[in-house]
Amino acid sequence: MNFVKYFKFFNILSTLLFLGAIFSLIFFGLKFSIDFTGGSILEIDFEQRPENQIIQEKLKTLDLGEIVIQPIGEKGVILRLPEINEETHQKIISQLNEISKVEEKRFESVGPTVGKELREKTISLITVSLFFLLCYITIAFSKISRPISGWQYGLISIITLSFDVVISLGIFSLLGKLYNAQFNIPIVTALLTILGYTINDKVIVFDRIRENILKEHKRTFEDLVNLSLNQTLTRSLSTGTCTLLVLLFIFLFGGETLKYFALILIAGIVIGTYSSLFLATPLLVIWLKYRERH
Amino acid sequence: MLKKTHFFIFFIFLLAFLAGNLVDPEYLNRAIDTINNWELKIENWKLTIPHFPEKLFRLGLDLQGGAHLIYQADLSEIKEGDKGEVMEGLRDVIERRINLFGVREPVVQVQGNQLIVELSGTVDPAQAVKEIGKTPFLEFKEQKENFQEILENNKKVQETGEGSFEDPFQSTPLSGRYLKSATLAFDQLTSKPLVSLEFNEEGAKLFEELTEKNIGKTLAIYIDGIPISIPKVQEKISGGKAQISGQFTIDQAKDLSRNLSAGALPAPITLISQETVGPILGKISLEKSFRAGVFGFIAILFFMIIFYRLPGLLASLSLLIYIVFNLALYKLFPVTLTLAGIAGFLLSMGMAVDANILIFTRMREEAKEGKNFLICLEEGFRRAWPSIRDGNFSTILVGLILFYLGMSFVKGFAFTLVLGNLIGLFTAVFVTNKLLGIFSNLFQKWNFLW
Repeated sequence: MNFVKYFKFFNILSTLLFLGAIFSLIFFGLKFSIDFTGGSILEIDFEQRPENQIIQEKLKTLDLGEIVIQPIGEKGVILRLPEINEETHQKIISQLNEISKVEEKRFESVGPTVGKELREKTISLITVSLFFLLCYITIAFSKISRPISGWQYGLISIITLSFDVVISLGIFSLLGKLYNAQFNIPIVTALLTILGYTINDKVIVFDRIRENILKEHKRTFEDLVNLSLNQTLTRSLSTGTCTLLVLLFIFLFGGETLKYFALILIAGIVIGTYSSLFLATPLLVIWLKYRERH
Repeated sequence: MLKKTHFFIFFIFLLAFLAGNLVDPEYLNRAIDTINNWELKIENWKLTIPHFPEKLFRLGLDLQGGAHLIYQADLSEIKEGDKGEVMEGLRDVIERRINLFGVREPVVQVQGNQLIVELSGTVDPAQAVKEIGKTPFLEFKEQKENFQEILENNKKVQETGEGSFEDPFQSTPLSGRYLKSATLAFDQLTSKPLVSLEFNEEGAKLFEELTEKNIGKTLAIYIDGIPISIPKVQEKISGGKAQISGQFTIDQAKDLSRNLSAGALPAPITLISQETVGPILGKISLEKSFRAGVFGFIAILFFMIIFYRLPGLLASLSLLIYIVFNLALYKLFPVTLTLAGIAGFLLSMGMAVDANILIFTRMREEAKEGKNFLICLEEGFRRAWPSIRDGNFSTILVGLILFYLGMSFVKGFAFTLVLGNLIGLFTAVFVTNKLLGIFSNLFQKWNFLW
């Protein structure tokens, strides 16, 4: 199949996806969990769950500020509150006990400084990872200098990796808007996993191009890219399917805590597979054409 | 040549068998019991085969329930050089405190000015937070230079209700850090209850210096930031003994001496972050992720067999060995398994078969050119290797960065990721290859098998 013919189409698609993600991030934003903003979260099971209104009413006397109440499962409720101390925590439990017997399942309270630290660390982690990957790919591909040199493969990998992360974040912000999905620590882990997984994909596509360049001298670069794409397509789809199968089961059986974790991984891996094949390679060709013209 | 391969495969299976039993020794031990109970013909002689050792997975907070607490220590009163020592002191006190109410394997770590406390499973987290909160912060303070002035000022503030109070005392190096023991005692004259303190050697010296410096002045004993007792120093006191004679009831004095004995804090701490998970929620998460893993494996098995036939089946066998090796190593190291860690591991199953898929697709390409099976196997492996190497190494690179720079929750995940990649390289590339080699006669006879 001649993919190079459709590069224009893929470029438009990639641009649209990217703009869509940016749009979603700007207008919907991310719903940061208390891990990042500070605050408290309390998950309890009632013997007989009351209406949200009754819970609000009951806790009014404690003067806690804004409380978000979200029913979960058959008897459970998740309360999101501003940061509270242990004393207030116990008062809340005893107040709620007056409505119906409650069992505490989970309580988290994070101070604002802890949240800020985490935000800064997450950003620096992703940046440092991208930088080292750039170095590694530059070195791994330094053997070939024609028609494109090692550091250019590296740079294009980083651009496409950033594309994967941005699109995944965009999809997540949409989930946050629609289903109130919270951007928390497991989601950060998921983003880092997407980084580790899809770099693998990109390296394998580039590797095929590298091999074909060393083997076939007569063909044009565009031809070689097309050949490499055709050769890696089966593998990319097979591996993608295997990984997605596992993630699908985590999504189906993983319960509330792992649902969005699995979902963003699924999104990231689909996007990563797409961008390795149809964003990274067109970029290589575009870069080469640009250089030939100047 | 063939013999060597057979021996290698036998060795791998033996290792996998041992690893499998490390992961779940129940079945083997039951079998051993049955054998041990056999009635043998020889009299007075019974088999006593020892059991396979049982070792538990180390589960994280989110899988077995427990509490994760972060305390911030206020070190503003402490000299730069002493900070490390004070934090160590804090850790010891808190650890002793937790041991008192019997938590299994508490983890207390110092991180900068923060103290991270992890309590697992059995305890009621609220109770734990309360108990730790009871740890008293004891300090001895001396008069400030302008002591009288501040007192008069405070009096004025009280009368007029304007301005603010100022503490007339300032901190001294003597704190709960140097406390050896505290006991309930009674005043010999008034028979009122009091708390008698005993310092360690260093504390005794500090106390001696402090009393010598302040003869004729008052010293204040603060507990949790409140002056409990403000005695006047009559003379230099050596020997390292002091008394707190506040207006205690017997019960109050008893409580205080018990709390002080268990350890007094060398610096005040505040709880800035806490996370507690009930044991039931943890158990449900564990069961759910286990089920997800089983179904995920079966799905991969089907996929591989449908698309890659017998090689696919053999790859699934290596995947099973991969899973068993990983789980066994989690127990051996031991790695603390969290929900994110398990999810990362399940994901790594997908990545582990990637190497096989790369090799198999290459083999098919070679086969199209009409080469025979053994050559295809060799060529397929040789050509797929650079991709496998670069792909895995870049993932390992990300893993290592996460491990060295990451927050504690990312560390466990990064460790499982790197470990999984390394083991995956071994099982998916090496073991599958040897397995294919063993069956090469079959493959050569019946092409439809691959």
